[in-house]
Amino acid sequence: MDAEALLEVLIASEPAARKRDKTNRTAIQAPVENLLPLMKRLRQDERLAFDLLLDHTAIDWLAEGRFELVYNLYSTIHGHSLMVFTSVPRDNPLAPTVSEIWPTAHWQEREVFDLFGVLYDDHPDLRRLFLDDDWKGNPLRKDYQDDSMLARPQ
Amino acid sequence: MTVRIRTLEEIVRPPQTADSPFSTQEYFVNMGPQHPIAHGSLRLVLLLDGETVRRVIPAPGYVHRGIEKMAESLTYRQIVHLTDRMDYLSALMNNWALSKTVEEAGGIATNPRIETIRTLMAELQRVQSHILWWGVLGMDLGAFTAFLYAFRDREIIGEIFEDTIGARLTMNYIQPGGLMFDVHPDFARKVKKLIVYLRTILDEYDTLLSGNAILQERLRNIGVLTPEKALALGCTGPVLRASGVPYDLRKAEPYGVYDQVEFDVVIGSRGDCWDRYYARIEEIRQSLRILEQLIDNIPPGPTMVTKFAERIKIPEGAYYGQMETARGVLGVFLVSDGRADTPYRIHFRSPNFNNLWAITALAPGWRIADLIAIQSSLDLVIPDIDR
Amino acid sequence: MSGSLLWMTTSAAQASPWAVKTLTDRAAEALPSSPWLTLAYLAGSLAALGALVSFLGMSLIYVERKLAAHFQCRLGPMRVGPHGLLQTVADSIKLLLKEDIVPERADRAMHLLAPFLSMSATVLALAVLPYSPSLQIADVNIGALYITAVGGLGVMGTLLAGWSSNNKWSLIGAMRAAAQIISYEVSATLALLVVVLFAGTLSLSGIVQSQAAGWWIWRAPGVGIVAFTIYLIASTAETNRTPFDIPEGESELTAGFHTEYSGLRFSFFFLAEFINVFVVSAMAATLFLGGWMPFRVGGLDGLNAVMGLLPPGGWFLLKTCGVVFLLMWSRWTFPRLRVDQLMRLEWKFLLPVGFVNLAAAALLVLWNLYFFP
Repeated sequence: MDAEALLEVLIASEPAARKRDKTNRTAIQAPVENLLPLMKRLRQDERLAFDLLLDHTAIDWLAEGRFELVYNLYSTIHGHSLMVFTSVPRDNPLAPTVSEIWPTAHWQEREVFDLFGVLYDDHPDLRRLFLDDDWKGNPLRKDYQDDSMLARPQ
Repeated sequence: MTVRIRTLEEIVRPPQTADSPFSTQEYFVNMGPQHPIAHGSLRLVLLLDGETVRRVIPAPGYVHRGIEKMAESLTYRQIVHLTDRMDYLSALMNNWALSKTVEEAGGIATNPRIETIRTLMAELQRVQSHILWWGVLGMDLGAFTAFLYAFRDREIIGEIFEDTIGARLTMNYIQPGGLMFDVHPDFARKVKKLIVYLRTILDEYDTLLSGNAILQERLRNIGVLTPEKALALGCTGPVLRASGVPYDLRKAEPYGVYDQVEFDVVIGSRGDCWDRYYARIEEIRQSLRILEQLIDNIPPGPTMVTKFAERIKIPEGAYYGQMETARGVLGVFLVSDGRADTPYRIHFRSPNFNNLWAITALAPGWRIADLIAIQSSLDLVIPDIDR
Repeated sequence: MSGSLLWMTTSAAQASPWAVKTLTDRAAEALPSSPWLTLAYLAGSLAALGALVSFLGMSLIYVERKLAAHFQCRLGPMRVGPHGLLQTVADSIKLLLKEDIVPERADRAMHLLAPFLSMSATVLALAVLPYSPSLQIADVNIGALYITAVGGLGVMGTLLAGWSSNNKWSLIGAMRAAAQIISYEVSATLALLVVVLFAGTLSLSGIVQSQAAGWWIWRAPGVGIVAFTIYLIASTAETNRTPFDIPEGESELTAGFHTEYSGLRFSFFFLAEFINVFVVSAMAATLFLGGWMPFRVGGLDGLNAVMGLLPPGGWFLLKTCGVVFLLMWSRWTFPRLRVDQLMRLEWKFLLPVGFVNLAAAALLVLWNLYFFP
């Protein structure tokens, strides 16, 4: 399915989703409350059939006070790809887990939890991934400081 | 709402009550991070019952250098240096992934000469990476000699790289806008000699290792990964293709000059360790085919379309570019705020990170020796997992 | 020739021009006249054993490294001494000077004892090998059985090492080793019994002398080669060499049962392994390849004269080195078997074949069917 048709199908079925501009791939934006049903539909609908969650990551928009979560999907059956963007507030970063739909999200969400501090509801094993369990702070946040950071000489 | 944050300690040392599910015959063993088999510093916590693996808990992070954080204060040209050090066996392909994304996002158009040389270099690197993987698999399974033979052949390719690029491991060659240097005059001659040599040596390797009954018994029907499971676990690259899913970015979303050359995508039928093993051997042969078709047809032209000193700025937005490295799909997710010449956020979708977790689904039920075989067949490079 | 086994043996002994005289024989002879000479012989034997162990160990390690290097298209040790001949000497000195570590929570007594068990098993085996008619330390009249029994003592060393190290990986390695060695001892013994049936004696020098008319590998029709192959495979497993080196599978268990050893006690394990290779090769040479008997073809006196130029000790060395080369060659070629595949190979394949072979050999002996009588 090409990008136009895909977007049409998606936005028709999910009224809260909007096309996202300023990307180089097909992308939609949805509120986090509608995320889980949207993801389920993306996986199960036969015209969409996104069976491969390539990537899940987060962006820290410090000035706007939110984390933007990004999901990168691909369908090996139809050959189309999609990026899904959603936002969670920085002071209460709670998002649903999609690891029931795509098991690979289990570890991708753990990475985001470790480096950003986003909490995933109902995640089977929410632990830090790269850093020690007793590490304080989330390094990829824009306001993260610790003693080992150096300022780049300008 | 159920958000429960756990620790590794909790899993490894559960409370020993009378009716606790932790059987007294099972025991936890640490494999790594210092271990002759770990292809890098990967810690695997194994729950064993005698010789049988009941559970594998990978605990990565020993090579975590914060590349994504560092990149937020570096220009795009400087980030290319960092990409070398992720999956260092596909360094050129990592460079290309980043360069490609930056070019797409910044609207920089390259020329056919650049794309052809990039394709040639990527395929040479793929061959080099698969040969090293073959040697390491032999060594893991006990055939030490294979390792030495693989490194002998790797040297030849390393010398070809050194002539043109100046480095053998951390290349920093493919930059946004083109290449650092033009190819060495001896490049075509050496590559042609290499193709002839490798074709004979691959047959020799087939006789030496692939045809060995012991190796086949160690690999056949071990660690079967069904296609649905492979997709669910996010595997890409030879791991996914050996399970039967024909997803190769070089054919699905062609970049470089891959749409102008003929080659086959190698698909496996059963998804066991043997399929993953042989898929890579066949991929070497396909790469040699690509090299053969391109080596005499490099179009003329400049090798850099922008100036080196020029700072690249990308318009505001979130961009994603991906390519097929030796281990799978390497994706670069780039967010720019339009003003600075450094990215606001860069994330690398690393193939090894996603392939690693397949081991938690594949290993349970098999023995320790099979765990080694499965891990070898997944072809993991640890720095890519941790970034 | 026909008749009873005993007659076969004695006629073979008469056919060989060499009379075997071991060092203990000489010591016993000297006892009535001069006890000091006896003591000298005994002390000399012990010294010879010690020297043999060190010299053999060092040469075998050097040979292994050079062979491995050439198989792998490289040169191996080249700098210490001409062509690296003194490399093992340097390594031994290094090992001797290393700190001896016993892990904190290890079972100290067992940890200290284990290498000595392994080494003593090896030395005990070396004592009965027939190097040449006049160079044998002791000729026990149940020599073949003795070697098998003493090999079992070596397993004790491995098990103790793995257990006492207080290290889960060492324990896994030791358990694997115990299972492996005990299983393969059975096959090795069955192959050995074939030769005992033909030779009619368990004594090792007797077995060598029974091959005066021809080596058992070809003289025992068919069963000789089969027994030789089984013996080689079983011995590779006994000595923990690839493809059967899972107890110390480097890529899996770091170093298996001897992970926690360093310095002199590690060198005991290391030496014991290499000298075991020598012992099983010497046994294969003794049992199947004629030991110190030169290669002779009845009737071709010219050939026999040429072959007789090499002294018997030289023949023994040649044959043993040939088998050692075979074992080392297979180490650097084959990948390693998994533990259950190894067990399956032994119990479901080698053992039945060994039994059938033994039965066939028994029939052949009964009906006096040999090649080249």
